[in-house]
Amino acid sequence: MEINLDSLKSIPYFTGLSESALAAVNSYVFEKKAVRGDILVFEGEPAEALYFVSAGVVKVFKTSADGKEQILRIIRPGDTFNDVPALGGVNLASAAAMSVAVLHGIKKKDLETLSREYPQVALNVIKVLSLRVQEMIALVEDLSFRHVNGRVAKILLEYAGNGERPRLTQQEMAAMIGTAREMVGRSFRNLEAEGAIKIERNRIIIADYAALKKIAGITE
Amino acid sequence: MPELPIIDEAKCDLCGLCVSICTCGALQMKDNKLKIVKVDECGWCTMCELVCPTGAISCPFEIVIEDDKK
Repeated sequence: MEINLDSLKSIPYFTGLSESALAAVNSYVFEKKAVRGDILVFEGEPAEALYFVSAGVVKVFKTSADGKEQILRIIRPGDTFNDVPALGGVNLASAAAMSVAVLHGIKKKDLETLSREYPQVALNVIKVLSLRVQEMIALVEDLSFRHVNGRVAKILLEYAGNGERPRLTQQEMAAMIGTAREMVGRSFRNLEAEGAIKIERNRIIIADYAALKKIAGITE
Repeated sequence: MPELPIIDEAKCDLCGLCVSICTCGALQMKDNKLKIVKVDECGWCTMCELVCPTGAISCPFEIVIEDDKK
């Protein structure tokens, strides 16, 4: 099922394309719907398509042999996943819906066709891949150098919003920052004791933004 | 009605661990299903989520910035 051209234009792969090129891209687009928990892509399986999220939230994650999960990215509307394998190889990570979600996708072979026909698509692909490398380096930096309290503080700042950001469980936060769920709970208590946050039932309120930024090690 | 933990019935194997750990008595097994029977009692302690061996219960947090701190 096709999506509207404005939505397609906002996806990094297809920015800068003419209306006729966008219409050509749109003819290859298919739609997929999911509910929370649905696995959309399995790690290790041959990659079939590039996906973009039109509604809802998707997590991209890897699972260790003992079942431990590391979330690599949280995908929000307008963003894509399965980028790297869609250009060659097997799925490097799994992806699952964190909410009711509507996805659109383009099959691997169709993406190749589009890249050959429209050089702007190929250029956009390079830009997206460059961004993915930067994101992975930032994740390695977080896991290597930031204390758990700092990592939790960074996640809270990144996901703070007023309804428009995905809600996160402690398990999901733990999987994003490479620690155990219990450590996230302990960090909540530490951050609360320092006055940086307040927890009111299912709401985490950032009470001292500057203090939380300092704990997160964000200086700018 | 307050927001409540999310129960995925497909994943729940009715082991009852969550019911036994729920300090406020909000959870109960009813008609062979896990139910939140005292909705106003749930204090979002997240213990049910913690003990669930199948990941059937989720207690997600909304993260907000205090109005005067933006």
